[in-house]
Amino acid sequence: MSMFTRAKKRLSKFFQNIFRRKRSRIGIYGPPNAGKTTLANRIVRDCSGDAIGPVSEIPHETRRARRREDVVITGANGNTLSLDIVDTPGVTTKIDYHEFLEYGLEQDEAISRAREATEGVAEAMHWLREDIHGVIYVMDSTLDPFMQVNIMMVGIIESRDLPVVIVANKTDLPDAAPSRIKSAFPQHPVISLSGLEGTNMEELYDMMTEHFR
Amino acid sequence: MIQGVQIELISADRLTNLTTMEKIRTILDSVILGNIVVLEHGLTPDEQSMLVEVTMREIRPGGFSGIEMETYPGKEAESGGIFGRLFKGKKPRQGRMTVIGPAGQLKMLKIERDRLVAWASLTSGG
Repeated sequence: MSMFTRAKKRLSKFFQNIFRRKRSRIGIYGPPNAGKTTLANRIVRDCSGDAIGPVSEIPHETRRARRREDVVITGANGNTLSLDIVDTPGVTTKIDYHEFLEYGLEQDEAISRAREATEGVAEAMHWLREDIHGVIYVMDSTLDPFMQVNIMMVGIIESRDLPVVIVANKTDLPDAAPSRIKSAFPQHPVISLSGLEGTNMEELYDMMTEHFR
Repeated sequence: MIQGVQIELISADRLTNLTTMEKIRTILDSVILGNIVVLEHGLTPDEQSMLVEVTMREIRPGGFSGIEMETYPGKEAESGGIFGRLFKGKKPRQGRMTVIGPAGQLKMLKIERDRLVAWASLTSGG
């Protein structure tokens, strides 16, 4: 390779590094069992045909933050956006292994799940402070939106000036009342959807391409 | 022997003079002993985030299982207002009076805009 070609390559790499647009990392946050991984799987499947992680009715199935790189979101408005999607463990202020025994887990398994879950929540909080550029905050629309964890997390997200889209999930359930979430957080966009059934995902993609640009 | 729950009220003055980690240690050391801590003014969002992180690291199977934390939303939660938007970011938003206790021992019965009703059990898991 001639000296001229090498110099050209170096120069090209230098400019690429300067002008390359860093992909935003979007964290999917929310309390345990709000349907974060189901939603993350739906987004990743719609956009790349793959999945991000397993789901379960037992709380704290996701005990490590999982990142899927370069997920290309296309809105019905024609806008596209390339993002890294980070599925995070459910945020809570308490974890008692006895809770897992009620789901039929053996004691050793329950203790180990509780240990991993505590590490996962600590990790999720750390990601939020250090490595996340935008948040999809998922709430179960059958539950009271004024849970302390929701108020606290939305406060933390606002204080860090992170763009946020709130998802009122589980609209497929008969008790779902997404309007409660809309009136609880009027300062943020709220999208009602079912991650399980994939209803209204287009509205979420539109909102993501506008909000996380 | 009379049994009861110790309640520790921490003044705004004392909180102002503590660093983030000092506040978190003061709260958690007391809650781990089974006490209920009342902060005259709450923690900033970043301090709350740190409190959750440190709490998770203190949880032990069969022992300390975490915290219950409640504050009434009051004016601070009304960040959708025009003034909240205009002056957002000028100073860290501080919550209002906050009650923190051991999980399973403190339960909130009523949370209103300007009123909290809490119930405390003498033993954990109550």
